[in-house]
Amino acid sequence: MAMTITEKILARSAGKKVVRPGENLWLNVDTLMTHDVCGPPTIQIWKKEFGEKAKIWDKNKVVIFPDHYIFTADVHANRNVSILREFAKEYDLPNYFDVGTDRYKGVCHVALAEEGFNLPGTVLFGTDSHTCTSGAFGMFSTGVGNTDAAFILGTGKIWEKVPESMKFVFNGQMPEYLTAKDLILHILGDITTDGATYRAMEFDGSTIFSLSVDERMTLTNMAIEAGGMNGIIAADKVIIDYVKCRTKENFQLYYSDPDAKYHSIREYDTEKLVPVVAKPHSPDNRDAVRNVQGTKLTKCYIGSCTGGKLTDFEAAAKILIGQQVKVPTFIVPATTLVAKELEEVTYQGISIKEILEKAGCEIAQPSCAACLGGPADTVGRSVDYDVVISTTNRNFPGRMGSKKAGVYLASPLTVAASAVKGVITDPREFLR
Amino acid sequence: MEKIIKGKAFVLGDNIDTDQIIPAEHLVYSLSDPEESRKYGQYALSGTPLPEAGLPDGGVPFIKEGQNQTEYKIIIGGSNFGCGSSREHAPFALQKAGAEAVVAESYARIFYRNSVDGGFIIPLESMQKLNDKISTGDELEINLSTNNLTNKTTGKTYGLNALGDVLPIINAGGLFEYARTSGMLK
Ligand code: SF4
Repeated sequence: MAMTITEKILARSAGKKVVRPGENLWLNVDTLMTHDVCGPPTIQIWKKEFGEKAKIWDKNKVVIFPDHYIFTADVHANRNVSILREFAKEYDLPNYFDVGTDRYKGVCHVALAEEGFNLPGTVLFGTDSHTCTSGAFGMFSTGVGNTDAAFILGTGKIWEKVPESMKFVFNGQMPEYLTAKDLILHILGDITTDGATYRAMEFDGSTIFSLSVDERMTLTNMAIEAGGMNGIIAADKVIIDYVKCRTKENFQLYYSDPDAKYHSIREYDTEKLVPVVAKPHSPDNRDAVRNVQGTKLTKCYIGSCTGGKLTDFEAAAKILIGQQVKVPTFIVPATTLVAKELEEVTYQGISIKEILEKAGCEIAQPSCAACLGGPADTVGRSVDYDVVISTTNRNFPGRMGSKKAGVYLASPLTVAASAVKGVITDPREFLR
Repeated sequence: MEKIIKGKAFVLGDNIDTDQIIPAEHLVYSLSDPEESRKYGQYALSGTPLPEAGLPDGGVPFIKEGQNQTEYKIIIGGSNFGCGSSREHAPFALQKAGAEAVVAESYARIFYRNSVDGGFIIPLESMQKLNDKISTGDELEINLSTNNLTNKTTGKTYGLNALGDVLPIINAGGLFEYARTSGMLK
């Protein structure tokens, strides 16, 4: 029977030959990821439920990144990190990446990729809705809550319903004024925030396979914004080379059968698309940048798992070189590796970091920072009636701090162009 | 599981995301400490903009100032209830506040799973849009044997979708209890 890539991976994980959408399966999990917000309650549930003799099913398969509330004076937030630290020590966990040490990485979804935990064909669960990001590596990955994670921690197993798959095909060359963020915001505008609920979102087409690893992760990251269970892109040479540089683990490649059944297939001509934003207060509230051009801004933000990778800052640097920002502009590299790359990678002979600094941006330490608001002392957090343009993935009321603020989501090109003008600006004004 | 749930309705709009259910800044409190975890009740639905809380008129706080228990046991939502982050703190907060069930047209997957697997709150799907037919404060009665919701205030009855695959987990009281009763866990 013909199957999609998602169905094949889930079948392998459940030890079955064939699975069908709608079927409930018990999966064998390959990797469990957690962080400082959901890790502590997960550990507490695990201890409570498994009691004195609680055992981790496989220490090597548990990966923990403190990343959300890191650089803050908030006592509760710091207590959470202490709980993780003690847990890692007590159980001698090999994959704990503590803040304040040189092992610190930053935002979990990007760090998973960098550290070689994303392996094609595997099944990864994480206590974070954007765990779907890892699907860019031809694997099944999705978010769960603390109870599910505690269950996995003790058993290595979890139930899941096989999703129907939706296919999104982008063909044609990517114009220089677009990034993957524009592609996913286009999809969101078309299918809305529940357009893919309980389904897999599979990305395909010549445009997709011309994208860098970073850019592919921007797409799969936001599958959850359409309610998707997972986002997935089959692994090609770009992914295989990336993975092989980072791990010696074996992995298996899966591809959708040509005659596999899909819930729906949407095709896009990439060359015809224009830069877009998602207006307040929903990621599906899409509009062409041109239509909101001139909207006055009080803050610009480039960061997060979806918008704080090297290629995002490279895109911004293309526009910010030799320019001055007119509104406070925050740069938050997703991880310590991205932060290091900003110093090493150059554009027109100047490091990306220098370009951003000279343009007047404030560069913060790697973490989730104001992507989810966070404690009051979080860098870049929105206050009062802020109007923010941001490369992050959510703009629900209050997401970046203030309930009264309005957040526009956009590509790093659009955010950079807007930072220079102080009002929402189409990046094509700078890229001619 | 109780077969009948009775209580007052609290009506919300579509796309109630987890930041509206429990804002991110409150996720730092302990979920296991009985004293501290009351804060989750106190801040339940505090992220919902007030004009959109307690429809049709709005302006009704789910929790009164300084309290941590709600007078509304049944939350009526529209489509895509619980979208957004994976925080299990969301259904936990609603349970802590004293709510017992949510009735919505559709749910985001993670919120739905968390409600069921954590045994916090019963997520019921209505067969039709109800958040434009029920008013905040209406007296409701949900019958889980017949899958009906009756609005005692208006006298109207509406159908709910059967819980299906997740019913055994809800009956057991959560994923761990289910795994124990089914012999998966000793
Ligand atoms: S950067 Fe934002 S979206 Fe990504 S994991 Fe952190 S809080 Fe979540």
